[in-house]
Amino acid sequence: MKRFAPLIVLAAMAVLPLLGLSSYVMHLLILVIMWSVSGMAWNLLGGYTGQVSFGHAAFFGLGAYCAGLASFHLNLSSWYGFPLSIPFVAATALVMGLIVLRLRGPYFVLATLALGEIMRITAENLTDLTQGNLGIMIQRTWVEKTGYYYVILGVAALTFWVVKLLAESRWGYYFVAIREDQDAAESLGINTTLYKTIALTVSAVITGFSGAFYMNYMGYIDPQVVFSLGDISILTIMVVMVGGVATYWGPVVGAVIMVLLAEVIRSLPYVGTAYQTLFGVLLIVIIIYLPNGLVGDRQTLARLFKKKGAAV
Amino acid sequence: MWVQLEVFLQTLISGVLLGGLYALIGLGMTLILGVMKIINLTHGQLMMVAMYVAYWLFTLFHIDPYVSLLIAPPLLFLLGMFLQKTLINPVLRVESILPHNQVILTVGIGMVLQNLATIFFTSDYKSTPVDYATDAWYLSDYWKDAPFELSLSYPWTVSFLLAVGITTALWFFLAKTDTGKSIRATAQDRDAAALMGVNVGLMRVITFGLGSALVAAAGCLFIPIYYLFPSLGSQFTLIAFVITILGGLGSTMGAILGGLILGVFESMTATYVGMGWAPVGRFAIFVAALVFLPGGVASLLKRKAVTK
Repeated sequence: MKRFAPLIVLAAMAVLPLLGLSSYVMHLLILVIMWSVSGMAWNLLGGYTGQVSFGHAAFFGLGAYCAGLASFHLNLSSWYGFPLSIPFVAATALVMGLIVLRLRGPYFVLATLALGEIMRITAENLTDLTQGNLGIMIQRTWVEKTGYYYVILGVAALTFWVVKLLAESRWGYYFVAIREDQDAAESLGINTTLYKTIALTVSAVITGFSGAFYMNYMGYIDPQVVFSLGDISILTIMVVMVGGVATYWGPVVGAVIMVLLAEVIRSLPYVGTAYQTLFGVLLIVIIIYLPNGLVGDRQTLARLFKKKGAAV
Repeated sequence: MWVQLEVFLQTLISGVLLGGLYALIGLGMTLILGVMKIINLTHGQLMMVAMYVAYWLFTLFHIDPYVSLLIAPPLLFLLGMFLQKTLINPVLRVESILPHNQVILTVGIGMVLQNLATIFFTSDYKSTPVDYATDAWYLSDYWKDAPFELSLSYPWTVSFLLAVGITTALWFFLAKTDTGKSIRATAQDRDAAALMGVNVGLMRVITFGLGSALVAAAGCLFIPIYYLFPSLGSQFTLIAFVITILGGLGSTMGAILGGLILGVFESMTATYVGMGWAPVGRFAIFVAALVFLPGGVASLLKRKAVTK
């Protein structure tokens, strides 16, 4: 049963649009799936390999700009952003990995944080290429949301499969070994820098897909949005932290919760402007009480509820 | 030729003045990093809070920002101790898969602080219009036939001198007092320090408070010469960690030198490349430090000490 769970979920998701859901619900579903993709990508690097990145907006934005610029400068369909983003994103990730992943300690955290900011400032200043803060507007392919839904669902299914395949392969064990004890991994003959770089590159390319999809779906991007530290990089981390680090379903659960929460909070009067405070408090609470996320700590959660039930 | 020299010297002066303040920001970060081994990604936001304290003291009670140097840092010291005791300490004990949970936690704290500041104080730019803001010393006042003109702004110079004073006081505290020695011992080897009877938990709390107080002092020194807005914090967090990397993780001397280098480098980029690129210059030097000198300036200092 457990083996088929992903297929069952996929099948259920595939028939969902046939129910004739409203455009708003479809929008939310698309956002949920998009954030699941980003979360799963981040999880591969952050969860399994233990390298926390604060700069996935760099790859997200790069993917988005590849799609946007393909349409804007080259007159290609913006869907070419998917294949086009691969070399750019992979090259960025490789260069960065080879520089930073040699080093231990907090360097990676800081370097990723810096990378996101470098990308944003560069995109703002290279006005000839990116139009700077004006942003890029493209013609969307479909008016209806169903097409986008199936595209992102396909990307998500592919991502899920890739992450599962990697995590259960020899490489996946290398990743976890690096996370648990880098010295031990190194002494067992694992080339830690190489495998960390692999995890980073795969994670970055998938995040780039997520960004390319965002461009296609939204039709408009600017540097402040796609390279945003708070709204992309941190939100990606939150999706994984809330859902569950190093679990297959964690990012999906996290994406559902975060997207719905964001929608609910923003629609409330007065509280709407405080959504970052609530997100921050949620993050703090999760880290203190459920450090492995809802999925990762589900035993703790179950015990908590049982205790409560017994007391009543 | 004199003009070029003038521009260069003026840029150098403003770079050094800026660097002195940067050093103060970097010092707090590096202390926390050294003792607790975590990156405090809410450092700039704490500075933002301190600047708002100074701003409101000025607007409501007409207290000079330099006088609030006696008020804001102690307040932030308490806030820092509170954050460390109630939020960060519990997380240090929690078993989790990710080793970087505390870092993510500081990001969460930063988000809350910044968002609360936006809600309560709006995202408008604010400043403290002190009446000496534009006063300056001019070289020609002292040297009549000077071939070029240099100016030294009052508030910048006062801020710089105060920063130097605070840094000296901090050095004295760390080098000569028992608490300071305990903090340094904890930074060097937590277990050994604990075995020697140092209250490691208390030292952590004090260090976080001290780091917050230092960055609060930097905030008070910055506000007469800078604008204030809620998202200013993240910018200074970035500056703080660039300084920390540049100087060498956990090294106080490195942080001072790193701050000065960054200040001068930023001034130079702003003058010779363009204002908009100054942040890029900041990151260029950061990447260069990562590639060529991952140990920071501190590793150079250490190397010299060893060969001697």
